[in-house]
Amino acid sequence: MADFQTNILLGTVLVTLGIASLIGRWLRKQPSESINPALVRRFRQRLNAWWLMCAIMVFGLLLSRVGTVILFGLVSFWALREFITMTPTRRGDHRALFWALVFFTPLQYILIAIGTVHIPGRAAAMDLYGLYSIMIPVYASLFLPARIAMAGDHKRFLERTAQIQTGLLICVYSLSYAPALLYLPLKDSFGEPWQRSQAGLLIFFVLVSQLSEVFQWTWGQIAGKRLIAKDISTSRTWEGFLGGTLSTGLVGAMLWWVTPFQVWEAACMSMVIAVMGMFGGLTMSAIKRDRGVNDYGTLVMGHAGVLDRIDTICFAAPVFYHLTRFFFS
Amino acid sequence: MAAVAHQSVDKPVVGGNEPRVELTPLQRLTGQSITLLARFFSGFTVRWIDCQPDMCQRVYFANHTSHLDAVVLWSALPRELRKLTRPVAAQDYWAKTRWRRFLASSFNALLIDRREIKVHQSPVESMLKEIGNTYSLIVFPEGSRAEDGEMGQFKSGLYYLAKKRPDLELVPVYMDNMNRILPRGEFLPVPLLSSITIGAPIWLESGEAKSDFLTRARESVRALKDR
Repeated sequence: MADFQTNILLGTVLVTLGIASLIGRWLRKQPSESINPALVRRFRQRLNAWWLMCAIMVFGLLLSRVGTVILFGLVSFWALREFITMTPTRRGDHRALFWALVFFTPLQYILIAIGTVHIPGRAAAMDLYGLYSIMIPVYASLFLPARIAMAGDHKRFLERTAQIQTGLLICVYSLSYAPALLYLPLKDSFGEPWQRSQAGLLIFFVLVSQLSEVFQWTWGQIAGKRLIAKDISTSRTWEGFLGGTLSTGLVGAMLWWVTPFQVWEAACMSMVIAVMGMFGGLTMSAIKRDRGVNDYGTLVMGHAGVLDRIDTICFAAPVFYHLTRFFFS
Repeated sequence: MAAVAHQSVDKPVVGGNEPRVELTPLQRLTGQSITLLARFFSGFTVRWIDCQPDMCQRVYFANHTSHLDAVVLWSALPRELRKLTRPVAAQDYWAKTRWRRFLASSFNALLIDRREIKVHQSPVESMLKEIGNTYSLIVFPEGSRAEDGEMGQFKSGLYYLAKKRPDLELVPVYMDNMNRILPRGEFLPVPLLSSITIGAPIWLESGEAKSDFLTRARESVRALKDR
């Protein structure tokens, strides 16, 4: 289903990652006096996560878009597991948690994978967007507190409810908009139907969100002075945020050719992704600080920490999706 | 004892006091599936701290908060050790139906009657008889599952095991988060993540009093919580 432009982009990303991995291997062999080993380790962890993302893209695109939806669903499931494991729940939340993890998470992705249904007796096919865009924020958010109340434990009730709702919203609902991009019938900004595959758009989105993280971090290292919130993150600065957002816009503009956007539109979209990415990173840092963990990965030793890697994507996906749906669909 | 009588059906005694467990292919397959399911539902990470996997005879003793504990700890061991390790499980639960008996035999469970304990056929005696010179044990010295995640007092079985077989390595294990995955009174597990910490073995010191030893054993498990 991927077309020529998408293949070119994916190929470029793979080659770049390959080169970066070689550099990472070379860095690891360097004596620890000349280079900070903690930094090298973080670099290699990042690279591994990016390889995994690429694998999901390639694997999913080769299989079909349903494959991509399933893989994103597994990532959601794992992220929600990490989220709930980290937050303190009580005995009375057990059934509600079961519903959240075993019912609502798969259902959200099943609805996205089905896309549209034909109801006999009706001419037009029903777009399930109307259901999956409100299922978690409305129905799950009403059902879960009721289920917790039925369990009969009122201690810290609002707090516990909010934890589960936030977990579902960030890890499942928001992330699910990324694969939902594959089901959008697109048009360009002149209103002409866009003939090429949506896979390019998904890859554009994931790539730009990851690049925005890298740019914001790099600009923060080079020019960072004023911290955005010093008690929450010691690495996020206004300079990093501004420089990173502008650089992301620039690179995004240069990638306009895989998307239905024009150059300036691609730049704007990329900057929106960067801003949402900063929001995501800061929010997840706040949650981590509150729980007293540095990385979701160290929460349970040896786990890769899925949540650490997808915070940008989670926050940017719904906004990117809705902007695209509104203006280019 | 009914447990022994039942197990003698599919576990022929070979050579003196060393009973070998021969599993049928179906039991082996079930065992593998149980391992995979346990891995999925508990998402565990295993850490060996000051202790390495070894074929020597051991008693792994852990805190007990969930029905899944025995199966999960057994699944967390390397494959070669799983064959040689028998979780001790309650006979009143696991021998109740044919299906449960089959499951128990697939993960190599050693069923102990915790209701009718007689002097000449104490659980410790039958455990020692069953493990011979080959098997290791997984025990939960609290006896029953803790209600709120806080560890209860250890029952004396561990002490008698150590006293009668001073050569057994007593390995403390701390299992974290299992009470959230399948708490008491629930039957559907919520697949969260958990961690299993396996610590340095302890032994019964010569002349150590029973209560001192049990307190020390309990502390060795509790200390792993913060490692």
